[in-house]
Parts: sequence; structure tokens; C-alpha cells
Amino acid sequence: MELVCPAGGLPALKAAVDNGADWVYLGLRDETNARNFAGLNFDERSLAEGVRYAHAHRRKLVLAVNTYPQAATWNRWTSAVDRAAALGVDAAIIADLGLIDYTRRKHPGLEIHLSVQGSATSHEAVNFYYERFGVKRAVLPRVLSLSQVEQVVRNTPVEIEVFGFGGLCVMAEGRCALSAYACGDSPNTTGACSPGRAVRWQETAAGLESRLNGVLIDRYAQGEHTAYPTLCKGRYRVQGETYYAIEEPASLNTLELLPSFARVGIAAIKIEGRQRSPAYVAQVTRVWREAIDALAQEGASFAPRVPWIAALNWQSEGSQHTLGAFSRPWK
Amino acid sequence: MNPAEMPGRLKLALGPLLYYWPRDRVLAFYREIAESAVDAVYLGEVVCSRRHELRLEDWLSIGEELAAAGKEVLLSAQALTESEGDLKLMRRVVENARWRVEANDMGAVRMLADRVGWVAGPHLNIYNPRTLAMFVAMGATRWVAPVEVAREMLSGVLAERPAGIEVEVFAHGRLPLAFSARCFTARRFNLQKEVCGYRCLDFPDGLELETRDGEAFLALNGVQTQSAQVYSLAGEIAPLRALGVDVLRVSPQSRGTREVLEVMRAAIDGGIDASAAHRALAAVAPGKLCDGFWYGRAAHEPTAPTGHGVQA
Repeated sequence: MELVCPAGGLPALKAAVDNGADWVYLGLRDETNARNFAGLNFDERSLAEGVRYAHAHRRKLVLAVNTYPQAATWNRWTSAVDRAAALGVDAAIIADLGLIDYTRRKHPGLEIHLSVQGSATSHEAVNFYYERFGVKRAVLPRVLSLSQVEQVVRNTPVEIEVFGFGGLCVMAEGRCALSAYACGDSPNTTGACSPGRAVRWQETAAGLESRLNGVLIDRYAQGEHTAYPTLCKGRYRVQGETYYAIEEPASLNTLELLPSFARVGIAAIKIEGRQRSPAYVAQVTRVWREAIDALAQEGASFAPRVPWIAALNWQSEGSQHTLGAFSRPWK
Repeated sequence: MNPAEMPGRLKLALGPLLYYWPRDRVLAFYREIAESAVDAVYLGEVVCSRRHELRLEDWLSIGEELAAAGKEVLLSAQALTESEGDLKLMRRVVENARWRVEANDMGAVRMLADRVGWVAGPHLNIYNPRTLAMFVAMGATRWVAPVEVAREMLSGVLAERPAGIEVEVFAHGRLPLAFSARCFTARRFNLQKEVCGYRCLDFPDGLELETRDGEAFLALNGVQTQSAQVYSLAGEIAPLRALGVDVLRVSPQSRGTREVLEVMRAAIDGGIDASAAHRALAAVAPGKLCDGFWYGRAAHEPTAPTGHGVQA
């Protein structure tokens, strides 16, 4: 199994490479990728340096060009793919069908990975991209149980990548316009969910309030742990009852499922967090590298080690962990 | 000439029923729709494969009744597929020999590709003319734009419109915004999805979710999350027509769907002005009207009778 780690800048890229990532994924500094946040991502110069560094260490780079271009801005997306190819990036993560087609025709040597934003959740969907565009790898949305993932793997020649750790989308990726509804920005079109520019924190008589474009996402009592106001992780009222009506502010951690991932034939595990610090990337990459290597050595006797669990818990900043769609309550 | 025979006349479609209603209610609903001002009706279960009040055979026979009443009938396929069972049902929908199919997932597109005459549904993420042209090349003859489509985005696609494709826009109803593996209606009752008790039967327009300061925000519809507010482009008929849109979609609601169709028909035919249409639609809507997406903004910002979504 390959380990695919995030980089929001050169220091994180180097941290990922130094700590054992097989692949590093990154994006350009614009809306062509799904982590379009201020101060994040790569320009041409840092991308070239990233390619040099990764290849010098015999690791691979994949550029996320995984939002959906529109007519007026189409060229920005094709230019992102062109730059990836020109700079020697190994693969591009793409969601838009037109852009996949463009990439295959223009840069037949560039590997195409189907983005999670492409929302392919079955072998029928994955094989569509394989047969028509030779897609090499597909990243599955975080909606399938392990046996459903296994069904996909068994019925396609495409390498299957799943998310293993980090921030958790509750909705099927590429099928969520909640952020667009609340703030006008959506992951599909502008590469942002619950964007920082729309966030307001305010002390009120009722408590500390977090709002997203004016919409009250959560309200905290004194001493309560606060979380970034991602709109699917707020506390709302349904039939007079206030609770995390969609999902708790939990993040994904599937370390305990590593042997199952290997058993069903998953090709790669992705760590979420291009918006996180180089220290996060370093520590999470190191833990998952050690775990994957330990699994290869120990086989059936593999069990997650206490220091790994502690390190991963520390990196999720006190928020709880979940197995997401791999867990029972989702079924 | 009868307006129904005029070339380029804007058609009115009723989208698939997104909620789970008891069987008798569904049958009665479509009997009423057969008498309504609608041109085309999409049938079938798009949201959740656990729902079983109606089987595919039932939808096919409702289709026969609607066709007998002169309606164009289409079958919508499920949007989010997870299991082999979902794929099996999708294949049966695709291979039904009777009605045109709306694909809402690339798995369905694979099954339909290279047949002629299917609909590229609103959940396929078609945002630019190059991508649309590829669907046309695969045999799609109608495209339903994503619900978040803005006028500017649509105009960009239609400036390079491929030949042979009709264009449909979601024009009235609670917006289907998101799909999840998780059922949020079941979650409300601390139930797991596989033993959900079909609680969504109790919420014919979805289960309303409000913010803690009382703003109606979303509507939980099983694994689908909708807007609590009701998107409405009734005030935008002229620009929709000018862009070359062919079909406007109304989404079924528990009460007043037939009235909505009549108001939309009148708005299309010029029998009612935008502000009267707005008043009439607001009177039967399950939430406040909004139109922000059309202006490239947050959708939940309220619509004004002029059609320009000024924040109230």
C-alpha cells in the first residue's frame, strides 16, 4: 500500500518526503484545486523545487486540479495541467470530465487520478473513467463501508485510494452544495467549503457564537471546546432538540483498519490536510509510514501501537475520532 | 397557433419525487399531476434504495397513466450508489425499454453511453461546454444543470452549446443540496440506517433543521440534505428563455404542487407578472422563497418580488 500525503507548501512537502510518503499531493495557488485557502499552495517556482526534491528522493508528486472549470475560466484549468506536465509532476488529480479528456489527449504521459470530487462510488462509475480515459487510480468518496470498497476493488483494474486520516467530509464529495447555499463558495466550483472569509466569531449574552455568512453554526458555553464552523458540523435545532444534527466535529482515523485495507487490495491511503502545518504532515506521515511497514513485517499479528495512537490523537487537536462510513452507526 | 405547438416554447417538467410518501398518497399525487399543466414528469426513486412503497413496476405503470394523459415520461436513476443492490436496480432502470432515463451517477452514464436519447441529470457535475459536449457525444439529449448553476455559468455553457441537446434548469422547490452515506432522519431518532424504521415517511417535505437563533436553514430528507428555503426562478422566465433554456423543473412538494405548476405555466405564457407569481408561489411554499444561486451568490439569501434577491 502506498502512502499519499498532503502539502500546502514546500516545508510540508519536504516533511512528507522526509517522513516516508510515497506520494505527495498538492495544488496551485488558485481555485483550480479543492483547498483554495489564502496563504496556501504552490506557485510555479515552488512546484518546480518540489518536483526536484521529491524526485531526488525517488518519491512521486501529484497535482490536484480537482475543481470544476467553467467556460470563462477554462484556460486556467488546462494551464494548471500543462504546467504539471511541463514541470515533470507524475500525475494529476482531476474531477471534470472535459479536463480529464483534455489531459489524456494533450499529455498522454501524465497519469490521471480520478479525484474524490468526481464522486465515483461504484465499479461501474470507476470503470467508466478507465475504459474511456485510462484513469490509473480513483480516490473513493468517504461514503462506502469496507465490504463496499472491496466490491469496487474486485471489479476494476483501477487502483483504489481511500482516505485514512484527517478532516472528514460527511457528504459524498462532489455531491455537496451546502457551502454554496450558505456562503456562495462551493468545493466544486471555487475549491472552498465553509471559507474563512465568511467566518465570524462573536461573544454574546447567550455565549460565544460562530457564524458563516451570518448563519449561526454553533454557540458555546463557557469553557466548551470550540471548533472551526464547518457547516455540516454545527449544532442545530430539529423538532426543538439541539444537537449535532448532521455530524459531530470529528475527524477520520482508520489506523485500526489498516490490515483490512491490505486484505481487500486497496492500493493507496490518503492523508487529508493540505491546510495543516508541516509539523502535522511530518508526524502523521511518520506514524502511517511506520504502521504500513509494521503491517508488512508483522502480518496477522499487527496491532496499532500506543505512541502512534497518541500522536494521531494529538494531531486532531482534541476533536474526537471516527471511522466514518466504515463504522457501524453509518450503516 | 396553439401556444403548445409554438417552436421554442418553454416546457415545464416535474422532477422526481424526492420524499418518501405512502403508496396511496403517491398514486393520488400522480393522478392529480396527470390533470395538471405539466409537460414532462420524471419518476422513480433518486434518494434512498431502502424506500420500497413503490417498486420499479409501479413507477412504470404510473408512467403509462401519465403518458395516456399526454405527458412526456422519464425515469430518474438513483444519485448515490453504494451497494451491488443499488447497481442492480440502476441497471433495471436503465434497461427499461419504455421510458427515457435520467442518469445521476457516472455508473448510470456507463450503462447508458452510446445509446441515444437519455438525460444527463443535475447530479453529474457538468459545469462547462466541453464536458457537456462529451455527454452529447455519448448520446445525451437533455442536460439538467447542477442546482447551484448561476446565470453567468449557464450563459458560458450555452454560448458554445453543442447541437442536439435540450437544457433544463431546476426552477422551483427545495434544493437537493447534498447526499451522504449517513441518514440524517434516522440520526434524529438515534436509529441506524439499516433499521431506520422508515421515519422519513412522517416528513412529507423533509424534516426541518433550524439554526439556534431560529432561522429555517435545511431540510433533512434521509441521506439527502435539502435547503429549507424554496428556490424559485419564477421571476427569471425572460432571461431563462433568452439564454435558450428549454425546460423548467418544478420539484414535488406535499401540498400545492399542482398550483405551483399552474403559476409557473402562467408565468411562462405571460399570463401573470413576476410579483404576482412570487406571491402565489410563496403562499403554497413550505419555506421562504430564495434565488441567490442564480445571481452567483449564497442561495439562502431571500428573493424579492422583482426577482432580484435583495437581502430582506
